[in-house]
Amino acid sequence: MQQDKSISKGIDWLTVLLYAVLVSVGILCIFMVEYKPGTSVIGTFLSGKTNYSKQLIFAGVCALMATFILLSDSKLYTAFANLLYAFGILLMFATFAIGKNVNGSKSWIPLGGGFNLQPAELCKIFTALALAKFISQQDLDFTKIKNQAIAAVISLTPAILSILQNETGLALVYLSFFIVMFREGLPSWILIVGFSFGTLVVATLIMEPNLLAIILTAIAALTIYLLRRQVKRDKALLVFILVIWGACVGVQRFAVPYIFNNVFQCYQSQRIYSMVGKDYDCSQNRSAKKESSENKAVKKPDDYNVRQSKIAIGSGGITGRGFLKGTQTRGKYVPEQHTDFIFTSLGEAFGFIGCTIFLGIYLVLLFRIIKIAERQRSTFSRVYAYSVASIMFFHITVNVCMTIGLFPIIGIPLPLISYGGSSLLTFTVLIFILVRLDADRQVVLR
Amino acid sequence: MPVYNQSRSRIVQIIFVAVFLVILGQLLHLQIFSSKYKMQAENNARYRKVVYPDRGLIYDRKSKAILENTIMYDLMVTPSEAKGTDTFALCNILGIDTATFRKRIRDVGFKNSYVRPSVFEALLSPEMFARLNENMYKFPGFFLQDRPVRDYPYGAAANVLGYLAEVDTSFLRRHKEEGYEMGDYAGMTGLERSYEKVLMGQRGIKYFIRDNRSRIQGSYENGVYDSAAVAGKSLHLSLDIELQKLGEKLMGNKVGSIVAIDPQTGGILCMVSSPTYNPNYLTGNMRRKHFSELYMDPRTPLVNRAVNAQYSPGSTFKTVVGIVGLSEGVIDERFSITCNGAFWGCGNGKPKCLDRGTFNLTSAIAHSDNTYFATVFKRIIDQQRYGSSDSSLNIFNKYAASFGLGKRLGVDIPSEKNGNIPTPKYYQKIFGPRWVSCNIISNSIGQGEVLTTLTQLANVMATIANKGWYITPHLVDSIEGGDRYSLLAEYKVKHHTYNVPDTAFEAVHNGMQGVMEYGTGAAAKVPGIVVCGKTGTVENYLRGVKQKDHAFFGAFAPRNSPRIAIAVMCENAGFGASSAAPIASLMIEKYLKDSIAGKERQDKVEALAKVNLIPERMRRAMDSLARLSRTKDSLNEIKQREKEKEMSDTMDLEERPAEFETRGTDTAIKNAPATPAKPPVKRQQASPAALPDENKKVNNNRKTTKP
Repeated sequence: MQQDKSISKGIDWLTVLLYAVLVSVGILCIFMVEYKPGTSVIGTFLSGKTNYSKQLIFAGVCALMATFILLSDSKLYTAFANLLYAFGILLMFATFAIGKNVNGSKSWIPLGGGFNLQPAELCKIFTALALAKFISQQDLDFTKIKNQAIAAVISLTPAILSILQNETGLALVYLSFFIVMFREGLPSWILIVGFSFGTLVVATLIMEPNLLAIILTAIAALTIYLLRRQVKRDKALLVFILVIWGACVGVQRFAVPYIFNNVFQCYQSQRIYSMVGKDYDCSQNRSAKKESSENKAVKKPDDYNVRQSKIAIGSGGITGRGFLKGTQTRGKYVPEQHTDFIFTSLGEAFGFIGCTIFLGIYLVLLFRIIKIAERQRSTFSRVYAYSVASIMFFHITVNVCMTIGLFPIIGIPLPLISYGGSSLLTFTVLIFILVRLDADRQVVLR
Repeated sequence: MPVYNQSRSRIVQIIFVAVFLVILGQLLHLQIFSSKYKMQAENNARYRKVVYPDRGLIYDRKSKAILENTIMYDLMVTPSEAKGTDTFALCNILGIDTATFRKRIRDVGFKNSYVRPSVFEALLSPEMFARLNENMYKFPGFFLQDRPVRDYPYGAAANVLGYLAEVDTSFLRRHKEEGYEMGDYAGMTGLERSYEKVLMGQRGIKYFIRDNRSRIQGSYENGVYDSAAVAGKSLHLSLDIELQKLGEKLMGNKVGSIVAIDPQTGGILCMVSSPTYNPNYLTGNMRRKHFSELYMDPRTPLVNRAVNAQYSPGSTFKTVVGIVGLSEGVIDERFSITCNGAFWGCGNGKPKCLDRGTFNLTSAIAHSDNTYFATVFKRIIDQQRYGSSDSSLNIFNKYAASFGLGKRLGVDIPSEKNGNIPTPKYYQKIFGPRWVSCNIISNSIGQGEVLTTLTQLANVMATIANKGWYITPHLVDSIEGGDRYSLLAEYKVKHHTYNVPDTAFEAVHNGMQGVMEYGTGAAAKVPGIVVCGKTGTVENYLRGVKQKDHAFFGAFAPRNSPRIAIAVMCENAGFGASSAAPIASLMIEKYLKDSIAGKERQDKVEALAKVNLIPERMRRAMDSLARLSRTKDSLNEIKQREKEKEMSDTMDLEERPAEFETRGTDTAIKNAPATPAKPPVKRQQASPAALPDENKKVNNNRKTTKP
């Protein structure tokens, strides 16, 4: 009894509740996707053959794991953070040697018994811990560029390895650590530059090149005109503005087309173009050219996935078509609907109201985690909490935006909802380590 | 602990909220402001299936079903599930080889996807169905699907009933509003066409949910939008199928037609067009082959001669001329005329007459005297009171029109011809404005420009029988469940003749009775029944060449209370009394007495059925067609033999011992590409001169031992 009390003490039950709700919604969504009329619901749930019953088993395993974490000592995580990170990187390297090719990405390690492990997934936890450990060093001054660079290296190393494994989606997730670093003092101009750059790229895709060049020039001229006094005083400002203008035009004129034609594969370019509602001409693409010169049939990728996904969500309307009544879902028109496109089943069945409530639950969870973060006395816990929030936020944003056509298709799952043991387990561990750390917030961990 | 950068927590939160708002904005756009997605989802998933009702049946006047529905089976296949099928056994049953089998599977998959069922072999024959049904367990992925097919228990009245065919694009364009779709069947000729609306019934529509590969997943919204199919309504005809069958039998080996009408109701009792075909020929899987056979036949069995062919009516038209003459008062019953071999009223001795003597109306009809009717016709046209021959002819035409001549009667089967009663305008064009009666004197005896269909002629007989009225001839007596589209309304109206007194009919009846008793139709008496008839022998020309005369016979019986009016016509059969008249008499007897009595009469049926009166030109065309197909067959056979030969030769070559290889030139010829133009020569070259017979034997042995 005594033991029990000490475990449950300080646990943030709201987080646990939201976690449980989301996992349940997830199983329900997978059930909607897989349901076939005329089969016994309870029977298939217990059979372990359908995806939803498998997800139920995964949830059970996760509950066990969560209990295990809650029983553990929070000092464990600070102590082993670096070691775990090293272990994670080692696993990533090992993947190159003993990895298994699944859907074109060599990022899985077979564990036997049909189970596979994706180290990049696990590494999210380890990186969060390592980053927290690094920033929470007592004598560390995070305002120094050098330390910021080290933090960036820590978070981006797994990302680079992941890209090398041809698993771009997971690699992008590691960018979310920049939110954490921003909170911890990364200068805000990085954010502004990043945002401006993004806007510029999107503008390049949407607008006529010449029109955009004219607009950019006009903006530069206007800026010089408005700042004419300062410019008179300080010629360096003029140079600075001209350099920025030059850089922008350069990006718009040469860099973006170059990247699209020479760096990306044809299908990747097409996905990005189709997001802004345009068609990409694959004949300009270098890799496509290479393939066609090797007499391989170049498959023209199309936006079938996004189209069907948008149809599914769009057909939901305000209140949705009702539980198990979505025709897009029943007809299996959306590919990968139980994993990456799980949001579509929700959108179709419960409509705008359902989606809003669902996203609301996520937002409440995220805000709760930030609240937890801000009440920590230890930097380690705070940085870790922000990592958890950022990773989840990034996942949700990219996944949902992808299904509604705001983001190119990248295969990353919706946290706690999408089918898949690895993903569910990762997020469970992430959240419950946080809950454990939070429960011990009175204990000084440095 | 450090609390600097606390403000950044707010910024992070603001970023979170901002991004979520962007997402909500897009959701708002997708789910609430665009309606197209809902429609696209509907288009994706909703599958509309038309449910075909059973077509209506057709019964004859004694309620015997002459057109029914029966079930035939299609062999269906879902290629993706057909793995592990016993291909060999299946090919054996269907009588195809495995290469054909594979090709068909590939074609079917290509056209209709591998996951959906498609027709593999349509409309199986009964024995094929039986054999397949027993062995179905061996063929996973295959199944038998039933399909309703038309069935004709009597195998008669093909041209009356018509046939169904798949609709084509022009049909769809013409019937836009009626909900036909590509692949539907619709009536193309006969009653199937004119009563299509009634027979087709009302289609039902079922909605299903289908998945991304168009497989049916279940009903859409539990079927609230479905509508049930309503079966087609049946037709009850005035046709007597027994009479029809007898007519078809009698017209065997002849080209022509018979139309019999019940004068009281206008109901058609039989409508024979010969040569005809067994309507069951055009159902089942051989339809295409049979259709092209019928289509190519020089005797044109697909044409319904009773309504779709028009002829000069010949002497049968004299009845009308006589009636008009009496009604106009240009003659009376006592008026008589003497014929000394020809009509000299126009100075050229035409037309000639067959019997010399003095005739009044009755005997003129009985003996079919040309001079008499030429005189009558000349008098009608030359009447002073109408001022000109134009107006006189108009009056004559008015009489003719009131007998249903010169324009479509409105029989309830399609493709009826107008016939022709020439108008004054027509003659003005030919002879100038001042034409005279002598220009058109041949019309008086039903030659010249006068044209009627046989149904019109039968209708004239019915009108005379009724003494002055007719009801438009029609086949359908009643429609099951009432006449919803008022298709039968016009068959309830009596049409009266123009200005004809009863006495005129009485006089003509006398003449027509005379025909049977002592005149030209004496050979066609029916024992115990007073028949009124009129023969006709019509000169005719084909592309300017005179052909053998057409034989006509028109009659009604019994005289006092007429129950049947009939017209019979045999193309190029010679004198009307020898073929058409006896056929009419047998038909009348069959209908009025329900059977043919006495051995003598029954033998006559058999004898008449055997008489071959197919016109010479058609016979020649048929012969050349048969020769052509024989040549084609033998050519194919030669080619086939050629192939086998070549194959066995190469085999022989390979097996032949070395000493034979000296015949190098031989092999060179053999390897040259086959030229079908001179197969016999090549064959001789190819076979080793020494042992052709043995070679053949070897071939045969190989063939038998192969399987």
